Amino acid sequence: MSTSPPNNRPDPDDLLARVQAEEKQRERGHLKIFFGYAAGVGKTYAMLEAAHQRKAEGMDVVVGYVETHKRMETENMLRGLEVIQSKTITYRNIQLKEMDIDQVLERRPRLVLVDELAHTNAPGSRHAKRYQDVEELISAGINVYTTLNIQHLESLNDVVAQITGTKVRETIPDRVIDEVTDIELIDLPTDELLNRLREGKVYIPEQAERAIEKFFRQGNLTALRELTMRRAAERVDDQMLDYMGKRAIPGPWPARERLLVCVSPGAASERLIRAARRLADELKAEWNAIFVETPQQIRMTAEQRDRVDRMLRLAEELGAKSITIPGQSVAETVTNYARNQNITKIIIGKSQRSRWSELLRGSVADQLIHQSGPIDVYFVNSESQPSLKQPERYWQPHRPWRRYFWGIALVAGATGLCALVAPYISPTNLVVIYLLSTVVAAVFLGRGPAILTSVLSVVAFDFFFVPPSLTLAVSDTEYILTFFGLLSVSLVISYLTAQVREQADAAQRREAQTAALYELGHDLTAAVGLEAVAKTIIDHIGQIYSREVALFLPENNDLKLYMASQDLSVAENELAVASWAFEHNQQAGRGTDTLPDASMHYQPLKTTRGIIGVLGIKPLGINTYLSPDQQRILDAFANQVALAIEGAQLVEHARQTELLEATEKLQTALLNSISHDLRTPLVSITGALSSLEEAGPALDEEVRKSLIETAREEAERLNRLVGNLLDITRLEAGAMQLHREACDVQELIGSALEQIGTPLKDRQVNVEMSPKIPLVPLDFVLFSRVLVNVIDNALKYSPLEKPIDIRARASKQDLEISIADRGEGVPVDDLERIFDKFYRVQRPDNVSGTGLGLSICKGIVEAHNGCIRAENRHGGGVIFTIRVPLEGTDNQ
Amino acid sequence: MNEIGLRVLVVDDERAIRRYLHAALNAQGYTVYEASGGKEALNMTVADRPDLIILDLGLPDLDGVEVTRQLREWTHIPIIILSVREQESDKINALDAGADDYLTKPFSSGELMARMRATLRHSTQSGSDPVFETDNLKVDLTRRQVKVGGEEISLTPTEYDLLRILVQNAGRVLTHHQLLRQVWGSAYESEAHLLRVNMSNLRRKIEPDPTRPRYIITEPGVGYRLRTES
Repeated sequence: MSTSPPNNRPDPDDLLARVQAEEKQRERGHLKIFFGYAAGVGKTYAMLEAAHQRKAEGMDVVVGYVETHKRMETENMLRGLEVIQSKTITYRNIQLKEMDIDQVLERRPRLVLVDELAHTNAPGSRHAKRYQDVEELISAGINVYTTLNIQHLESLNDVVAQITGTKVRETIPDRVIDEVTDIELIDLPTDELLNRLREGKVYIPEQAERAIEKFFRQGNLTALRELTMRRAAERVDDQMLDYMGKRAIPGPWPARERLLVCVSPGAASERLIRAARRLADELKAEWNAIFVETPQQIRMTAEQRDRVDRMLRLAEELGAKSITIPGQSVAETVTNYARNQNITKIIIGKSQRSRWSELLRGSVADQLIHQSGPIDVYFVNSESQPSLKQPERYWQPHRPWRRYFWGIALVAGATGLCALVAPYISPTNLVVIYLLSTVVAAVFLGRGPAILTSVLSVVAFDFFFVPPSLTLAVSDTEYILTFFGLLSVSLVISYLTAQVREQADAAQRREAQTAALYELGHDLTAAVGLEAVAKTIIDHIGQIYSREVALFLPENNDLKLYMASQDLSVAENELAVASWAFEHNQQAGRGTDTLPDASMHYQPLKTTRGIIGVLGIKPLGINTYLSPDQQRILDAFANQVALAIEGAQLVEHARQTELLEATEKLQTALLNSISHDLRTPLVSITGALSSLEEAGPALDEEVRKSLIETAREEAERLNRLVGNLLDITRLEAGAMQLHREACDVQELIGSALEQIGTPLKDRQVNVEMSPKIPLVPLDFVLFSRVLVNVIDNALKYSPLEKPIDIRARASKQDLEISIADRGEGVPVDDLERIFDKFYRVQRPDNVSGTGLGLSICKGIVEAHNGCIRAENRHGGGVIFTIRVPLEGTDNQ
Repeated sequence: MNEIGLRVLVVDDERAIRRYLHAALNAQGYTVYEASGGKEALNMTVADRPDLIILDLGLPDLDGVEVTRQLREWTHIPIIILSVREQESDKINALDAGADDYLTKPFSSGELMARMRATLRHSTQSGSDPVFETDNLKVDLTRRQVKVGGEEISLTPTEYDLLRILVQNAGRVLTHHQLLRQVWGSAYESEAHLLRVNMSNLRRKIEPDPTRPRYIITEPGVGYRLRTES
């Protein structure tokens, strides 16, 4: 354990985390693992026994998946328990049985038995691993009993491999164990286990016979047993500390340590990371993993790069935070980072480089030791396995051969130039020209050709310009110094220049990504409306990742495809994967552990309000995993995207709310206005009638007649108003149906004039119709009402002596009717607003009317696909022009 | 015409309207019976044999059009229907089913009386009056002669037939269907444009100002009416 001074006060953050975790526990189901050190100790049997006990106590127990291996005793234990039928998945013509997780979720038992936690599911299953299935069951609130062998634990994987000599492929991350409520250790003395093996009571897969022999040896089993017990004890220890922590019992709390492990492309990194995890566990410390991208690393092969990605992911799975940082020197970058992050211990593997290069450069280890200052540095022994060959630093197999020829050509050129100036300059100064050629080679041709140029320069210089010329011999030994100088300077220049260029490239790449992020953010702020935001997102992300993108948004609680890159079609089952990611707030699809057979990678978009959508990315290449860096950038994008979408949605919501408020305000104003207009005529009518009733015969004949006439006129006015209100309501509700028929325009005008009646008395109306106007498909009733309203309007707003001019004519496409008066005209600003509901031009003579007539006209004319407008007339007055299309005149 | 003693059946579910009609018609000398529903109306028609029925379209139990149809199965009693402004299709259906004329609510007593007179006149005529005369228009049916302001004008056979039907139903509304059926035949019931064109031509020939017709009045959405009183 740790030797650092104890800190007795319980950390408040820690406490909060515990309480939160406990709350989380209560909603989630409990997981109990039956833990054993080898196959055959009796884990499944113990689990089934416990299940029977629970059932006897009255709990609802169900068997999700139990592997009996056809053992009699195990099969007998199954009797009496409800078994959920397993799902059959066909993979490469093999029938595989897997647990049917959906059935279990539907059945919702209190407790379900799931054997072999570390099992890998068949391709096509929802999750890649069974422990993920179990996690889903736990999240749904179902308790689970499961079994596990020690060698399946990630952090102990290599230790077990060391003991047994066989490496187990199926591992589960340690965090699954740590979140477990209960571990029950199933122990069996090793002798008894060996007996069982001999009696044939232990399941052995046929292929593994020889490996099993190696495995089931006394020494191995004992070591495994001890390891298992120790691990289980650690868990108890954790539980105790947890208990103490919750009750704020002061104890020997360990100091806050922070570890940093350095990842390299070498094969030893895996072991290193697992060791770091164990150390972190022991010290109860947080730990980070770092990979330094030096200029050499930039030239890694794809395989190496993949390995680095996998190592960083492994570290993250084991609980570390991983990061990639570019830098010149590993030691310097690491120590800088360590200092910034308050790292207390650095873990690094022992060097794999050859003595020679170590001498030349100084090993990273040495540099670290010098630069680390107060930080401890731990060296972990790495097993030298035949790993991938590290590429020769100076060998660039993918550089085209051409460049080397150019290098040679440069030297030839320099030589030629030197030959020209040789008579005038001393040989030592000719060196400058060769140096220049090396610089040129380094800048334009790369490291390899530059080095070739350097060497060739020296040779050429010696051969051509150092006496005796045309030999490689040297007369004056001083020239050795010149050679040495030329060569070393050239090499240094080559090295530095090439390095600078490579770093510049890397920086450019990184800058491009940052710029892309910035641009995305910038364009998102400029995009207005959800559609624009979605399009921006899809264009940008598609560009950056060179992949096709799809955006899914929820509609009434169902996830639907909102927008996608061009030519991207999303299949039904892809939508199901997206929906899963949406519901569980986890990544899914290709490159993840859940439904990895999907063709796209799905990233949920989270904001403080919750999950608002899913982003789908379709990888174009074979690279199925996103590197942790790419993943981080994608997370950053996802955040921005989520916020932008949320923003657009909120803006829309706010707009609609505003609109609603404005509409309500308007409606209240309208209701007030209508109420007034309806009541006013009633005042006169009630007044007149009641006066007649009251005074009766006492009234003068003239007065009686006048009262009666008033009542009648007001009643007519009320009738007209009611009619107008009904019309406008019908128009608004879209309930106005046009009954079109072939209409004679002359008849239309005549009917309108007839309908107006009395106001036309003593008024001059000129009707001018151009000849040959065809029959027009209109709704006669409604259109005549339009004419009635407009003509009535003209009559009202012009003096009695002035005429009204009505004109009708037809062009090839339209019918045009114009109605003009000689009144005062309409203020220019009002020419459009007079068609608004309830709008009345302010006039000194209070003209009666509700202001609805013209808006009804507009509604009806537009329903006919026509248009109506008003203009002021030369010489005074207003002219209304109505235009309707003549379409459909072939029905004659 | 002697209205005293003529019996009128008023059918409307609104009490206020029945009261008003009762008073107005009584004042003119008619005897008024009241019914508040379609079935009651049918029964009372059989029992009391009115000379005219004023029938509201919007009845609660039996549709006004249906009442008209059932009545027309056995009687020619003149029927005037009362309708609301937007019920064009109901009006047309009722008229096609056999109603004689219609009034749009609200209407004035003057309109009511005029319609009643016209309807009753038409029903009591044994045969139609061979000569129709109003203002400047004179139509002699026996001689197939039409004169405007004393001058004889020539009409096409179709135009004449159209005018003849209107004259034979002077003062009453005729629906488009009825006109088309009677002038062209039942096969042409929906050829509205035939009617429009011929009506337009006819008006141009007999009306002093075709844009302000004085004789043939358009009933928007329903049909046409030849005006008998100025």
